Amino acid sequence: MHENRTLDWRPLLRAGLLAGIVPLYTAAIGMVEVFNAREVVQGLLTLGEMLVIFPSLVVGYLVALGLRRSGSNPLVTLASALIAGFIAALPVTLLVLINAAIPLRGMFVSVTPKLIEILLFEQEQMLTGLALLIGALTLAGGLGGLAAFIPDRFRRALIVSLVVVILSGLLSEFIKQILQQFISRSLLKQIVKGKSLTSQAAAAIFVVTYLVSLFWSTKGQDVKSWYAGLPAAQQRQSRRVWRGILGIFLLLLPWIMGPYLSEVIDNVGLYVIMGLGLNIAVGWAGLLDLGYVTNFAVGAYITGVLISTGPLGIGARLGIDPLNFWMIIPIAILAAMFTGFVFALPVLRMRGDYLAIATLGFGEIIRLLALSDWLKPYIGGAQGILFISKPDLPGLAELLPLADWAPGFVELAQKKGVLSGLLKLLFYGEFSGPQELYYVILAGALLVLFVALRLNNSRTGRQWMAMREDEDAASAVGIDITLTKVLAFTVSAASGGLAGAIFASKVGTIFPNSFSLLVSINVLSLIIIGGMGSIPGIVVGALALIGLPELLREFSEFRLLLYGALLVVMMLVRPEGLWPSPVIRREMAAVEEESEEPPPTDKGTPETPQALHSLWEPTD
Amino acid sequence: MSDNILEVKQLVKRFGGLVAVDHLDYELPRGSICSIIGPNGAGKTSFFNCLTGFYSIDEGDVIFDVYSLKGLEPFQVTRLGIARTFQNIRLFGNMTAIENIMVGQEPHLHSSWIGTILGTPGTRREEQMVEEEARRLLRFVGLRGKGDMLAKNLPYGDQRRLEIGRALASKPKLLLLDEPTAGMNPAETLQTTQFIQRLRDELGITILLIEHDMKVVMGISEKVTVLDYGKKLAEGTPEEIQNDPRVIEAYLGRGAAQMMAEAA
Amino acid sequence: MRARLYRLNWVDVVLNTFRIVIIVAVIVGAFNTITSGKYTGDQWVSLIMSGLAQGSIYALIALGYTLVYGILLMINFAHGEVFMAGAYTAYFLATYSARKGWLESQPLLTILSWILLAALVSMGVAVLLERVAYRPLRGAPRLVPLITAIGASFFLQYTFKGLYGSAFRTYPEVAALKGSVEMGGAQIPVVQIFVFLAAVVLMVGLYWIVEKTKRGKAMRAVSENKEVARLMGIDIDKVIVFTFMLGGALAGAAGVINGLYRPQGVNFFMGFFPGIKAFTAAVLGGIGNVPGAFLGGILLGVIESLGPNLVLDGLGIPAANQLKDVIAFTMLVLVLIFRPQGILGERLAEKRA
Repeated sequence: MHENRTLDWRPLLRAGLLAGIVPLYTAAIGMVEVFNAREVVQGLLTLGEMLVIFPSLVVGYLVALGLRRSGSNPLVTLASALIAGFIAALPVTLLVLINAAIPLRGMFVSVTPKLIEILLFEQEQMLTGLALLIGALTLAGGLGGLAAFIPDRFRRALIVSLVVVILSGLLSEFIKQILQQFISRSLLKQIVKGKSLTSQAAAAIFVVTYLVSLFWSTKGQDVKSWYAGLPAAQQRQSRRVWRGILGIFLLLLPWIMGPYLSEVIDNVGLYVIMGLGLNIAVGWAGLLDLGYVTNFAVGAYITGVLISTGPLGIGARLGIDPLNFWMIIPIAILAAMFTGFVFALPVLRMRGDYLAIATLGFGEIIRLLALSDWLKPYIGGAQGILFISKPDLPGLAELLPLADWAPGFVELAQKKGVLSGLLKLLFYGEFSGPQELYYVILAGALLVLFVALRLNNSRTGRQWMAMREDEDAASAVGIDITLTKVLAFTVSAASGGLAGAIFASKVGTIFPNSFSLLVSINVLSLIIIGGMGSIPGIVVGALALIGLPELLREFSEFRLLLYGALLVVMMLVRPEGLWPSPVIRREMAAVEEESEEPPPTDKGTPETPQALHSLWEPTD
Repeated sequence: MSDNILEVKQLVKRFGGLVAVDHLDYELPRGSICSIIGPNGAGKTSFFNCLTGFYSIDEGDVIFDVYSLKGLEPFQVTRLGIARTFQNIRLFGNMTAIENIMVGQEPHLHSSWIGTILGTPGTRREEQMVEEEARRLLRFVGLRGKGDMLAKNLPYGDQRRLEIGRALASKPKLLLLDEPTAGMNPAETLQTTQFIQRLRDELGITILLIEHDMKVVMGISEKVTVLDYGKKLAEGTPEEIQNDPRVIEAYLGRGAAQMMAEAA
Repeated sequence: MRARLYRLNWVDVVLNTFRIVIIVAVIVGAFNTITSGKYTGDQWVSLIMSGLAQGSIYALIALGYTLVYGILLMINFAHGEVFMAGAYTAYFLATYSARKGWLESQPLLTILSWILLAALVSMGVAVLLERVAYRPLRGAPRLVPLITAIGASFFLQYTFKGLYGSAFRTYPEVAALKGSVEMGGAQIPVVQIFVFLAAVVLMVGLYWIVEKTKRGKAMRAVSENKEVARLMGIDIDKVIVFTFMLGGALAGAAGVINGLYRPQGVNFFMGFFPGIKAFTAAVLGGIGNVPGAFLGGILLGVIESLGPNLVLDGLGIPAANQLKDVIAFTMLVLVLIFRPQGILGERLAEKRA
């Protein structure tokens, strides 16, 4: 291979400008300023600064890596990385300069003085600030370029540990919430200060993950083969032990997490329930349902009407006792299934993309009807339904004279702590807060999960998948497409109803605006990003899409922006999702094995694995 | 019960002004292998689609066994005992080979989704039987050990065989094959031909082929029917068809037919 | 002996019952309203005129859906956001020029400059969308680009929220378009006539481009058959980009025209509902069909405008105007069920296997 000693300007310019768009874009839409409030490592780096600097680091790294692979001279490589970093600084520099000449804020509301201050690293003098900005980004490009020279193994460990540090920095509030139940305050202050990681904690995490991942890259294969070499009975046993640990963990989770995080987990759980349901229609049966919120709304409203103690509940209207929560669950599920059935009928003959738009129409029709004055006497219009009661069960204390038998336990139940909360729930059976409701949601999720697992590998599941793959061929093997479609919508609706019922009882008040299109989009996004048709993918998707934004309040403002971007990027780069179903994963591995020799990467054009695109029938 | 498994009477299928199948009469003897040939656009596949419920029948009637197929949907036709393959293989690409065959057994399954969720013994037994039968069929079509591959990743010849396997899974009385040897090399073609013959001899399935490869057609058919412009042009044994000037004309044009006649 | 297995298809029964119920409801509602004499003839005329104006805005957006669908067979779900981008950006020029007094001295030229800016911005967004989000997915299964388009739609909405803020803005008042003229006894606002005429002019312009220019002919060739068009030496990519440019420009123009007609409500979310309604209009007229999109838009506008008062009122539904959007969405579903090929669309040959 000949050594390339000249700089290739055109790709450098392109890569640099592409990287430079990121800081420009995120600054202009206000992301940099909002994210700047969150420090990743205390006093060292904020998330906002990361948005500005990281693209340069990455582009420097990628440029250098590409050049090294093609056998360029090390000096040329390093210089290219530096130049790429420098070019990446230009767009945002331009923004600062233009704003100095013509204040942009009248039109671009996010270009605030504060933003400019951040971009100029809080320097009074614009020129010093700009020099700092350009210098930092150029340097970042160079650093990224240097990283490309580190041997493979060490580099991978470096990247992993950097990612872990950044993630733990982002989630430091979450870490704090958990740790404060176990360790002393003063120790906690050493690790997390305010909302961010202290620098010594960051350093410690970095070193530990670096060593661990280095160890894993050398010895990981041995560990895996050691496990694979164990006798089958022992493997099964260890799997059982792990499952047991997972079970106990799930049981204790809300008390480990505390009330605030339990609320987050509850939301994730509700979305897991809905995701598993929608996955039946979208992932398995290939019916892109954009009106899933309909089922959620029906479940919630029926619960509202039947168990509310307010003026709209049947208690006040018909003069009978409101039903209790546990009786409502089957009713809500059946009502949602009926809705699913009814709304399936009109769309049976529609082509895939028309079906999507029509279901979206249904969702909006339902919301508008719920808002209207016409139905206001029944479901409250914009004011919604109030006073929806929480579930409760007869607790042990009501059934047995516990106070006489075991006063110690009863006392324990009044205290704070992991076990106490659980005991309290057992004794009194009141699902009053997010920590108690967690169990209702967990039970619901497990139920839906069970049903989904059963259906996945069954005649019904295969009918759905065959229909997704090719309706005509499915019909030719004897599948009644009409019934199969109706069944997919009906079964898929059930878990929407369940989630709606739990939701109504959890929040106590429901308004039409809780049932907007966004719910459908959230559920759809999480199953697509998690991995269509993949059950673990849905859990991963819900954690990433529902859980993360609630932990990172800064994100919530940009939540839908990120969802949208993720949907596009996933479809372009990884249509099988974050955690694809096992079959797809196996096939991906097979495809990778076939092409052992990776072709020289051509930057700029994202590689699209065409083989994996046919999740549905091809265009013609 | 008549000796014909299939009787087509004055079948007509129109697309706007175009008559794809034009007052066609056709009889298919039980237990035979028969072929339909004809130039491109002669209405062969349209004829198949009329038989299997993919196209609605405009006029005339199709009697299968004792049932009229008029107005039936494809899945109903399949449940009566007619299975088909497609000209451009239509497998369920993102399902594994064995799943494709398991789906193919659809007409004989009874378990419901409720039974599946509850895990009733009947459902479990059926699931087990379905899988065993699928493995057996995989071996039968020569795909042993490839059951866990996604259908779309199988090589072309295997895909053809899997499609036939899927059709067989419905235990059909009549099998319609739309160009089963298209795109195959001579060795594969020979293999497929023998396989088709075995299907009839060993399983007693009546077979109707659409085929372009004259060697295949003439080698295994008991009756050959030539379609042109949706009409029956000629019908008879392979020898009769080979020597029929009208057929040569339809395929090669008038001049060629004359030349052949003169040469003979 | 022969047995008949043909059974009455229950789906047909349900759908036809549904159709009959809707027709009966419309007839009963309309009959009740008309016999009750609640509205005068003038009121009907003005309802129809405002429906025409609103409908012509839908029509302009619908053209973008139809053009793209005709060529790529995909629903550009983010087209409503293309409309929003132009309308929102031109708002800033509009307020600036109103402040500077240009609107007073040169109303026509000023409004033209708004339309030009909006068209340019929308065009840019549409082209970017095609290049980044749709082009790499050509040939992918049909639902993949649709999901991408949904993602792009949200991405664009919240990008513009970040750029321009989430406040509701109002276009400046145009003195020249104030007032009304008398037509058939009813007072018709000048702005409605202006909106309708502007839409017709744009529509005719588009029709001329598609039918008469070389580019337009290339577009039609590509929508007939991509492969053959490629063999004839047509650069498919260029034609597709041109299509997105045309659709974008019309959407941007519609954004400004919409701002003149209904100055309030300029916001990052303003494109979503008009987008879905315009899609309805495109399907109603026959998607892929240029005159159809225009006809569908006008029809939808009028139905939406008349529906609440004519039908719902007669059925005794209170505050019927709240349900305007329900009528539009119901129209969408009805068209998709009963006439997916639209009014002017040709029936696709029954072809399955």
